[in-house]
Amino acid sequence: QHRHLLELLKRTTVHGESNSALIIGPRGSGKTTLLNHVLKDLREMEQVRENLLEDPFLSGLLQTNDKVALKEITRQLQLENVVGDKVFGSFAENLAFLLEALRKGDRSSSCPILFVLDEFDLFVHHKNQTLLYNLFDISQSAQTPVTVIGLTCRQDILELLEKRVKSRFSHRQIYLMNSFDFKQYIKIFKKQLYLPAEFPDESFAQKWNNNVQHLSEDKTVQDVLQNLFHHTKDLRSLHLLLMLASSAVTVHHPLLTAADLQEASRQHSTDSKANIVHGLSVLEICLIIAMKHLNEVYDGEPFNFQMVYNEFQKFIQRKAHSMYNFEKPVVMKAFEHLLQLELVQPLERPSARAQREFLLMKLLLDSSQIMDALQVYPNCPTDVKQWAASSLSWL
Amino acid sequence: MNTRQQSKLIYSWYGKPLNSDRKLRTSQYKGILITSESSKTETCIQLGDFILVEGMNADQPYVAQLVDLYEDGAQHKRAVVQWFCRLEEIPQNKRKLLKREIPAQEVFFDQVLGYDTDIAAETIIKSIMVLPLHLGEELPIITLNKEQTFYVRQSWDGKCFKVLSPDTFSKLKEANKKRGVITNSSKAFTPSDILTPVKKETESVVRSATKPKNADMEIESKHSTSKSSLAKERHSQRVANNDIKTPTARKKLELNSPTRSKAKLLGCEVLGLLDDDCDAIAPLEPSAPKRKVKFTGEILGSPPKIPCSNDKSKQTSETAEHCQRSSDTMRLSPYTKVKDFHEKDRNLDEEDDDILLVGYQKPSSQMPVLTPRSRRTCAQKTSALIAEQISMLDQEDFSAGSDSSYSSSSEEEEDDDDDDDEPCTPEKNPKSSKIFSTPKSSRKSTLHTPAKTLKKTPSQGTPRTPRTPRNATPEIPRRVQAAQEPASVLEEARLRLHVSAIPESLPCREEEFQDIYNFVESKLIDGTGGCMYISGVPGTGKTATVHEVIRCLQQAAENEELPPFQFVEINGMKLTDPHQAYVQILEFLTGQKVTATHAAVLLAKLFSTPGPKRKTTVLIVDELDLLWTRKQNVMYNLFDWPTQKHSKLIILAIANTMDLPERIMMNRVASRLGLTRMSFQPYTYKQLQQIVSSRLKGVKAFEEDAVQLVSRKVAALSGDARRCLDICRRATEICESARQKRAPEIVRMAHVTEAIDEMFSSPYVSAIRNASLHEQIFLKAILAEFRRAGVEEATVQQIYHHYVALCRVEGLQSPTVSEIMAICSRLGACRLLLVEASNKYLHMRVRLNLSQDDVIYALREE
Repeated sequence: QHRHLLELLKRTTVHGESNSALIIGPRGSGKTTLLNHVLKDLREMEQVRENLLEDPFLSGLLQTNDKVALKEITRQLQLENVVGDKVFGSFAENLAFLLEALRKGDRSSSCPILFVLDEFDLFVHHKNQTLLYNLFDISQSAQTPVTVIGLTCRQDILELLEKRVKSRFSHRQIYLMNSFDFKQYIKIFKKQLYLPAEFPDESFAQKWNNNVQHLSEDKTVQDVLQNLFHHTKDLRSLHLLLMLASSAVTVHHPLLTAADLQEASRQHSTDSKANIVHGLSVLEICLIIAMKHLNEVYDGEPFNFQMVYNEFQKFIQRKAHSMYNFEKPVVMKAFEHLLQLELVQPLERPSARAQREFLLMKLLLDSSQIMDALQVYPNCPTDVKQWAASSLSWL
Repeated sequence: MNTRQQSKLIYSWYGKPLNSDRKLRTSQYKGILITSESSKTETCIQLGDFILVEGMNADQPYVAQLVDLYEDGAQHKRAVVQWFCRLEEIPQNKRKLLKREIPAQEVFFDQVLGYDTDIAAETIIKSIMVLPLHLGEELPIITLNKEQTFYVRQSWDGKCFKVLSPDTFSKLKEANKKRGVITNSSKAFTPSDILTPVKKETESVVRSATKPKNADMEIESKHSTSKSSLAKERHSQRVANNDIKTPTARKKLELNSPTRSKAKLLGCEVLGLLDDDCDAIAPLEPSAPKRKVKFTGEILGSPPKIPCSNDKSKQTSETAEHCQRSSDTMRLSPYTKVKDFHEKDRNLDEEDDDILLVGYQKPSSQMPVLTPRSRRTCAQKTSALIAEQISMLDQEDFSAGSDSSYSSSSEEEEDDDDDDDEPCTPEKNPKSSKIFSTPKSSRKSTLHTPAKTLKKTPSQGTPRTPRTPRNATPEIPRRVQAAQEPASVLEEARLRLHVSAIPESLPCREEEFQDIYNFVESKLIDGTGGCMYISGVPGTGKTATVHEVIRCLQQAAENEELPPFQFVEINGMKLTDPHQAYVQILEFLTGQKVTATHAAVLLAKLFSTPGPKRKTTVLIVDELDLLWTRKQNVMYNLFDWPTQKHSKLIILAIANTMDLPERIMMNRVASRLGLTRMSFQPYTYKQLQQIVSSRLKGVKAFEEDAVQLVSRKVAALSGDARRCLDICRRATEICESARQKRAPEIVRMAHVTEAIDEMFSSPYVSAIRNASLHEQIFLKAILAEFRRAGVEEATVQQIYHHYVALCRVEGLQSPTVSEIMAICSRLGACRLLLVEASNKYLHMRVRLNLSQDDVIYALREE
């Protein structure tokens, strides 16, 4: 892939041939890294550097419409209508200007331009796909040599292009996949942790690297990594894990240990909603359990506050001794707190007319999550635990 | 009688019919009178005079010589003219043939055939001067009426420039001479005009009015004797020639016109304004007493149609009289005015300079159509700087040396007033130059004043002027190193296979080519308008064919097989807004830059009125469907113009869908589009093969079978020629990279197959195979859930239960819900799954973006 892209860009710069290509790959598969790498290599080549390769870099997240994108292009190209980093003129003028500028050039005399469109899929949603059409059209006609490179993670990107835009695109797609296996993953892990040779304290670097080597052979570490590898092949998550682990390194604790990694992995994979449940009061827990029962009885149908309250009342009546009988407004307050934490979600927007007790709600927790959370909940009354565990709510 | 709404010019014959043809019921005349109602001025134009004729572009009227005047059977006044063409009318590529700088005032004797020389007399604007010159001859120094004097050196017959033949030269000379006589004779009737209007207010007015007339002749003689300098002579001649009628109205102004200081002030104002590039006579207004403002306003209100020659000479005389007053000499005749000039040159240097500048620059202002407000502000600003300026002018005057110095400085070609005010203005007059530099104001004025003439451009183009973004030339920097030429056969082949490479001929589109060619050709020959709608899927060569047709037609027009035509192309995709189409068309046609609504008005006027000398316009509208608006007025207008009688507009509309007119157009638009349709069928494999091999003619790079394979593949899918070429190009690349080990070879089947696979392979399967274990399990869980529910949609919660079960089977640690959500969103980002907005958390609905079978296939094979 690297070679392919390099060849492509070289041809644009050296021969003045226009091209277009898409780099497609899931997130974290190194699309931008690949491109930057290729550009770096390219700049080192003599012929190319003399040709003054310009590359406007546009990101779909920043250039949210064609107007902004056009201004950005003209600004980055430093064309003549740029006055001190600002581009004047209307959208139509700018477009006409840019097209005119690009039309004037020809294969042999003007210097090639490389357009990089990051988050290419967002450019597709611009009105009429004017920008894409024009860029591809230029790359397909005898004008200034340009290469348009789009980066995207969407596999179905071609179907999003309008047919005439699609026809102008050269259908050169470079797919990037995380196709490495676990051994390579371990290797990457080591490479990431190794200190570079130019690290000032050589003896420490030596020690550190030995430790990393040791770690990579450790069983628990391998388990942690295996787990992560199974979850995602995205290298960014590995970085995140290593970041968490290595932040535990201090003066007194100079080397990474397997325990550090395990801790990091645990942090990395905890369930966010279950965490919230840990911080709830007993009353709120009770409400959640009531909701869980309702969900089981009505098979996932939405419920309202009144139903939850009734369920809660039934529980209180049976086990009156274990719980203080809260008044309805207090229960309501607790319920609203759950709403704010987004553990429950209303089906529709609350309107002024509808009574709040009868708004239909859905629980955003799975029963297994509730059970897990209850297991670790400190000082939970046994009755409540029993109530939660019993499959029949009226027991 | 034709009356115009704006200035109400009345055209009437001068004199009796010379001879009339009973049969044709035409009668010829020797002159035409143009009367402006609002200002009550009259001009007489005679046979042989040079005239300006209304053209497409209000800034640049056509130049012509009046050859014949007659009234036809239907009582329409007609004129037969000999055209001159300006540099702007000559195609860009032909201008190079001249190999020299063409001053703005130079015109060419037009020998192009096919222009309509018979025009309506009502399109005549005014009379001007055209002086024949020999090729080597320097342009004479022009002192007055710069705007109205043109020069002829060469003739232009559509292909090349020739030196004027001796007899045309002498004819033109003759015409000029005759003109002198004519003006004299015209004077005979002028006094009567003066008496007719309402201008007789006081006796003095009348006196002042009549006097100049009598003096006119005197000037001519006296001048040649008294002033020997060439400039002066020209000046006086011009005065004599153009002063057909004396501006009685003006005289009145002068009576209550300013004192000495005012004259100065006026001069400065004019200066300032000229800096500002708003060359106008108008500045007189704001400073003058209120009554006067009103009056001049009235005169100025009818700008373009007034014979400007009159106007101008009036102004000179007027300003001259201002100076008279300032020097306290109470003389009224123009003759003395001129003399006065001279005297004052000696005496009052600073004042004289003012006057000179006023006198000479005024003529340059052709049509004072400035908006009064901007004028006033300019004037105010500049008047604040009077004192400063005067001292500057003093200096300048000394260095130049009054009268004769003026002529010497003006010797530098024609840009004399530009030359003149440039040295003094930009650096010495900070305020006015500031005015100039503010892009907004200057832009405004350029937009609103059609009076922005030739002269303006050179002065604006001077390097000293600050670069506004508008002047920026769109250009990509040149590359330092020349592009490498293709070295090997494969590279050569790749170059030829690039879509941008223009083949010599378009194979497989001969029939369509012929159809379009015939259509346009017939319309061109007839001089009528028409529409044609061309449809076809992308990449079938619609645009290429049309361009080829245009190229052939242009070739034919150059060889004079066809009348010349203008070619305009707009592309719906390259417009930001459908209404911008007007702007682009107008810019192509006339070079004006205006707003969309204004452009629409101008274009409608252009196409609906019979214009002389207008070429047929061939308009290509690419991607027509994007010009669709809710009211469809853009399309409606586009297709309405060709149906009008005088439009001479041929439209070739290109779009993808065959039934576009029926589908999205309103009935009235579709009916105007007409029924001339043509659809481009997708290429068959044989045609694609032919296209590729025709491009590769002479280059042995491809196996015969390989080309066939590509074309069959593409033809089966889309018939898109672009795709075909791209695959071939990719195949050469693959071949090249494979070649490195072995000897040079040609592209074989294997390479082509690889290229095709690369382009058409579905990315999904490989994406799934490269997904992580849990992602794959998640997909399995989705499949299981779908099978259970029988619906192709599931919530994450339902999938989660299956997921946990599957994990238990696999012996894996079951992940938390957060991790599940992460996996889900990752797959969603790749669009393997279609997911809802993520705020629904567990109740988020999930759907597969590819068929279940694909997923099963991809998952099974590990």
